[in-house]
Amino acid sequence: MKRITLICGHYGSGKTNLALNMALEAAKSGEKITLVDLDIVNPYFRTVDYTEVLEKQGINVIAQNLEGTTVDAPALTARMFSIFDESMGRVIVDVGGDDVGATALGRFAQRFNESGYDMLYVINRNRKFISEPDEAASLLGEIETACRLKATALVNNSHLGPQTTAQDVIDSVPYAKAVSKVTGLPLLMTTAPKAVCDEIGDRVDNLYPVDVVVRLPWDN
Amino acid sequence: MSERVLMKGNEALAEAAIRAGCRHFFGYPITPQTELAAYMSKVMPKIGGTYLQAESEIAAVNMVLGAASAGVRAMTSSSSPGISLKTEGISYMAGSDLPAVIINVQRGGPGLGGIQPSQADYWQATKAPGHGDLHVLVFAPSSVQEMVDLVGHAFDKADEYRMPAMILADGMLGQMMEPVAIGEGSGGSNVEKPWAANGHKGGRKHNIVNSLYLQAADLERLVKERFERYAVIEEKEAMSESYMTEDAEYIVVAYGASARVAKAAVREARSQGIKAGLIRPITLWPFPKKAIKDAAENAKAFLCVEMSMGQMIDDVKLAIECSRPVEFFGRTGGIIPTPAEVLENIKKLAGGDK
Repeated sequence: MKRITLICGHYGSGKTNLALNMALEAAKSGEKITLVDLDIVNPYFRTVDYTEVLEKQGINVIAQNLEGTTVDAPALTARMFSIFDESMGRVIVDVGGDDVGATALGRFAQRFNESGYDMLYVINRNRKFISEPDEAASLLGEIETACRLKATALVNNSHLGPQTTAQDVIDSVPYAKAVSKVTGLPLLMTTAPKAVCDEIGDRVDNLYPVDVVVRLPWDN
Repeated sequence: MSERVLMKGNEALAEAAIRAGCRHFFGYPITPQTELAAYMSKVMPKIGGTYLQAESEIAAVNMVLGAASAGVRAMTSSSSPGISLKTEGISYMAGSDLPAVIINVQRGGPGLGGIQPSQADYWQATKAPGHGDLHVLVFAPSSVQEMVDLVGHAFDKADEYRMPAMILADGMLGQMMEPVAIGEGSGGSNVEKPWAANGHKGGRKHNIVNSLYLQAADLERLVKERFERYAVIEEKEAMSESYMTEDAEYIVVAYGASARVAKAAVREARSQGIKAGLIRPITLWPFPKKAIKDAAENAKAFLCVEMSMGQMIDDVKLAIECSRPVEFFGRTGGIIPTPAEVLENIKKLAGGDK
């Protein structure tokens, strides 16, 4: 993996939960890590909402958060530029949903190209507008155009929230493989909530167990 | 056939409307209902429907009035400040006996307020959704699945009673994601609309859709007729969910997202030996008076939980004719109460820690 990982995809595909898991895992293994919330299009369920938990684990959080408000101003923080300094260690960027959200990334396209990056395209077959492989591929095209960067791998994050079953995950693999075929991108991994991973066993390749960090307020 | 998909509340409202046969949507952007309009803009052109972003909320609601006059299923959506602008059109539709669905994904107020979830438009929705003697049907879903189910129901009831219906949601319900099963939907109206101004081709007398009556006696008669209809609705259409109320001594009343929080608190109170229960109004107008009054028989006290300074509480007091104490707990300005906070208030009601 490159030092910088960009996470993009359809809104609601589970980018934030994946970014949080990857960051928390890296922090646990003692890596120096920065998590960037680049979602400036949606003021709900954002990485920045988890700043306290993340900072407790020693994760450096960069977010556009005007004095702790929820204002949805389409502005970026100057701290973004610090991620291109190699001494910042590993960097994960949680990008906003769809092409609209990925537009913010385009502002830094040249810098990302210079420093190198992996860009993960997160897919979820249970989301209507990307439930067909062709639709997922066409949205990726829109995202890549908006951010002027190219995805390097797929993450199959097909889930149904807290009701995700082992079977849901297993059934999503053919979809993910089809998306991989249409887009030409390798399928890096398939995520599953930790609670169902035992049941899945070895029936899914490259299984990435995740904690469901992004929850409804009354489920916490 | 029904499929299980993961949807945001806002998307679910849009898809349910489409499946209920709505092909005319007029909107104007505002957080936190944006995904609803965005969804309509993506899907409507593909299915021969109309998505139109109007020049203002007032224009959008009046386009709904126009479309509804022609007898089609029409909808608009907004969030609190935008709904204030729409009240003019809502009143005109009520005064013209027009069915339509209006979605309010509430945010904090007054004024521009904030963009986080709120329930501070209860009074507006249930008491004064526009000027004049009028009511609109008000439905309050508390899950993404219920958002789907209530949109179709709202269209049906609006058509049946010839009046506007409102879905009163909030930013949390609009933005959160849950798996839902979406059925085929009704695909269209369940009633004939002989009153529609949809072209008579010389075959009948022309229909007039109007809310202006300059003869006071005519207007009084019409309003009284309308209130006879409202009385039938109050009798027949109230909906609520009762949770653990059978032997409950302490009853929480909450709707929408607050009810989700309250349910978690009631469950915890039960596990601590407190006989708590929850009544969740699903219709806010008509208010489920009977369910609440019936539950009062064995109850010692009520706790109203809202994301406001306390707007539904008076309706609870009226429903039980003030026969029991009714306390209030709420957060406002965009803050969602936590189950722990509600539990603490249930305990207070029960006379301290048990």
